Amino acid sequence: MLTLVSHSFLQGYWWVIISLLGALLVFLMFVQGGQSMIFSISRDEMHKTMVVNALGHKWEFTFTTLVTFGGAFFASFPLFYATSFGGAYWLWIAILFSFTIQAIAYEYRSKPANVLGKKTFDVFLLVNGIFGPFLIGTAVATFFTGSQFSLDHMNHVRWANNWHGLEALTDARNLALGLAVLFLVRSNGCMYIINSVKDEDLAAKAGRKLMVNAVVFLVFFLFFLVSVLLSEGYAVDGDGKVTLEKYKYFQNFVQMPLVLVLFLAGVIGVLSGIIMTVFRRSRRGIWYSGPGTILAVFSLFLIAGFSGTAFYPSSFDPGSSLTIRNASSSRFTLQTMMYVSFIIPFVFWYIWYAWKSISRKKISEEELSEEPHLY
Amino acid sequence: MIETADLSLVDWSRAQFALTAMYHWIFVPLTLGLSFIVAMMETVYYRTGKEEWKRMTRFWMTLFGINFAIGVATGIILEFEFGTNWSNYSWFVGDIFGAPLAIEGILAFFLESTFVAVMFFGWNKVSRKFHLVSTWLVAIGASLSALWILVANAWMQNPVGMTFNPETARNEMTDFLAVLTNPVAIDTFLHTVTSGFLLASVFVLGISAWFLLKGREEWMAGKSILIAGIFGLASSLIVALTGDISARTLAHVQPLKFAAFEAHYSGKDNAGLVAAGILKDSGQLTGDKAKKDFAVKVEIPGFLSVMTGGNRHVYVPGIEDLVYGNPDKGIMPVAEKMERGRYARDILMDYKRARKSNNAGEAEVLRGMFSDKNFIDDYFRYFGYAFLDKPEDVIPNVSVAFYTFHLMVMLGFFFILLCALALFFHYRGSLQKQKWLLWMMMISVPLAYIASQSGWVLKEMGRQPWIIQDLMPVGTAVSNINSGPVIVTFVLFAILFTVLLIAEVSIMTKQIKTGPKN
Ligand code: HDD
Ligand code: HEM
Ligand code: HEM
Repeated sequence: MLTLVSHSFLQGYWWVIISLLGALLVFLMFVQGGQSMIFSISRDEMHKTMVVNALGHKWEFTFTTLVTFGGAFFASFPLFYATSFGGAYWLWIAILFSFTIQAIAYEYRSKPANVLGKKTFDVFLLVNGIFGPFLIGTAVATFFTGSQFSLDHMNHVRWANNWHGLEALTDARNLALGLAVLFLVRSNGCMYIINSVKDEDLAAKAGRKLMVNAVVFLVFFLFFLVSVLLSEGYAVDGDGKVTLEKYKYFQNFVQMPLVLVLFLAGVIGVLSGIIMTVFRRSRRGIWYSGPGTILAVFSLFLIAGFSGTAFYPSSFDPGSSLTIRNASSSRFTLQTMMYVSFIIPFVFWYIWYAWKSISRKKISEEELSEEPHLY
Repeated sequence: MIETADLSLVDWSRAQFALTAMYHWIFVPLTLGLSFIVAMMETVYYRTGKEEWKRMTRFWMTLFGINFAIGVATGIILEFEFGTNWSNYSWFVGDIFGAPLAIEGILAFFLESTFVAVMFFGWNKVSRKFHLVSTWLVAIGASLSALWILVANAWMQNPVGMTFNPETARNEMTDFLAVLTNPVAIDTFLHTVTSGFLLASVFVLGISAWFLLKGREEWMAGKSILIAGIFGLASSLIVALTGDISARTLAHVQPLKFAAFEAHYSGKDNAGLVAAGILKDSGQLTGDKAKKDFAVKVEIPGFLSVMTGGNRHVYVPGIEDLVYGNPDKGIMPVAEKMERGRYARDILMDYKRARKSNNAGEAEVLRGMFSDKNFIDDYFRYFGYAFLDKPEDVIPNVSVAFYTFHLMVMLGFFFILLCALALFFHYRGSLQKQKWLLWMMMISVPLAYIASQSGWVLKEMGRQPWIIQDLMPVGTAVSNINSGPVIVTFVLFAILFTVLLIAEVSIMTKQIKTGPKN
């Protein structure tokens, strides 16, 4: 194959794609956010049915994005896949478990003879709704706060404690990001429900919930942001040597002003979505907070990996930290995969087209009574 | 060095992977085939506009949906298990193996999941034409995802298109086309997908037979039998053909698996094919492993030679030739391969040492060896053998290979007959009177699942001890964790999947008993 682009360009290119997929995933977890409220938001069974069906039209999309995020990470940064999944074993298994029980819950909850009963499947949705976003947020926080592992000369991972990932839950910053993601997706969930369900009661309830969730989100997010910007980060020099550097992430923002702009635009997007929903009773908040979420998460991934930063640092043995240079696939593989990635816009296009065509009618009591396939 | 992990960790990790893969594979073949059957039915509806066809399409589509959901649930575990449980493997080959997995997500899973939503929720919302297109896209998406995952699997069975990079200590892809057109990938894809079509056809035949026996929904059952009968007959013939081709390829790329499923110990010309048989212990040993013999067998003389080489005079090596070598036939003993593998490993170690002590000159020379064709062909290709303890380690479980293979093949021929009979009596219009045949159709449903599972057990257990043929034995591929967590997750998954399976079967049965809705 032709050598059109350099290895380091491709490594950067793939870090951008991974960041984008990660950002999309966090936005699409509004499905999980909604699930975490199915009991508390619904006045009666009809409400619950409306909420579950509104979310149910989209769950598969979130799920597939998670699967593709995993696959793309494997293909482009296999050392991350091997190190993090094989090392932080329990953390990832817990995440997987919560998604496994989600995948059958929609289809099975209201089918006759489902053995476990509707309630159990709804609890599955609840569990996934809470733990999915929280644990994913916690795992992503370790991109900034570090994990305890070392790599040998064959690049085999050894985890330095027997908690295998659960130790991430003992760092306040990780918890803060986990909770911030949870309350962010809950806020987005509220706005999505307001947008896609035609029911005044439900909309009013979701509006009230949004207010509380948004405030909690902001508290945790600010805590995480400030503590990370002020703490040390893992810097890599040209030879791949890793050193701890004061205010590393803050400096990354300064060195990449465009990313800072994206980040601020994202924050403004999220805030305006919330404000217009809460104070102006707008139904269109999700159209602002959604893209806002994507931009903000995208830029956080960018400062975690670019500008001479180790994106998966080891606090146990900084020399073993993973960077987009040392963890990536070969130039050939990245280039082949780059060609494949050119098809992604087309994928977006048909997804958009298909969703538009089935979401023309808002979900309401009347619409559900005509729908032959109900969750 | 790549250390060999403790045995219980390896065994539990294998058990866990086998558990999740086999559960996943309960649902996948039905998804593959039923999606096409439903698409064909909807096409008739689209052409004729007759409501009965829509009703029938919707009935099978409901069953499809119930099955599909649990396929998705089990699939995600498999994908991430490569990282969680086989992390050393994930690094050693991630540069090649990750790509098809990612392509599968981008190209196939999004196609499937997007249009599945249109298929389920679009009946009253999109045009009839768009709905039909969506249904076909779901079917195509399912087969596409099979393609990519099987490209990945085939690469493990027959690694091609890469070189080893001593610097990063991993294999790197150099030829994507070679990975795609791997003969094992092509055989496996065709055989696997058509076996899924066959399984789904048998499923539809079985349920339709039940309706006929009950005297319910006779019109629908008749039309379903027509479609599934034709689809099933065509698929079963292709299954037999592609299965045969797979076996021929195996004789060259995994000769030990080939010899094992025929329980063929000592090589000969004019070797016979055992069509059916029962094994017993011969009382003799191959190294430390008990040698099998036949208690009973039905043999087609000379046919094994014909299959592998086209005529009766072709020599077919047996297990013992492949392990201990046969200089006359140019077969290298495993002991020699182990020597060569160890030499390659030592070179790698020397290189690592030279790098560490900053001996640039020596490192340069040693590094050069890994791009030297002779070194690759004569030494590095046996790299995995360096980790074996003794030559007999390369022998897979002969009984498992033998029985799974023969069960699958016998059932394969049985299904050809079954589909043909169903079609024959359907055309004669007397199917409903053939109670015996209707019963046979019903009983065949579990048999199809058994055949399909047998195929994968043969494929995966028949290649032991290799996770990547000749390059990496399973023992070196696992993550560095204790067996404790793996045991716990094994139990968790076993319970969860079993509960979900019970729920699935119960829901499915209920929907079938309720029959199509108006
Ligand atoms: C021959 C086909 C085939 C084979 C051998 C496998 N799969 Fe599979 N898989 C499918 C065919 C399939 C499918 C038919 O396409 C499914 C079933 C339901 C679905 O959505 O797609 C699927 C689902 C599915 C999903 C969920 C995708 C989604 O979001 O919709 C994942 C992550 C995997 N699979 C991964 C794997 C892995 C890692 C395998 C290796 C052991 C594997 N599959 C074997
Ligand atoms: C879906 C159908 C599949 C089934 C039913 C299946 C079955 C099995 C079984 C029974 C084992 C255990 C073998 C043993 O421990 O002796 C196994 C192992 C394994 N299979 Fe598969 N397999 C399937 C597909 C795949 C695919 C598509 C891949 C790769 C993409 C794959 C990769 C592996 C790996 C990595 C192991 C563990 C290592 C080993 O024991 O060899 N399998 N599989
Ligand atoms: C009719 C005669 C058949 C023959 C000669 C045959 C032959 C084979 C062979 C040799 C393999 C192993 C390939 C390898 O290890 O690389 C295989 C695998 C397999 N078989 Fe069959 N088979 C037959 C029928 C069936 C039937 C009826 C089914 C299921 C309904 C089936 C399902 C499978 C599956 C799922 C695999 C694993 C994937 C693969 O390698 O393609 N086969 N078959």
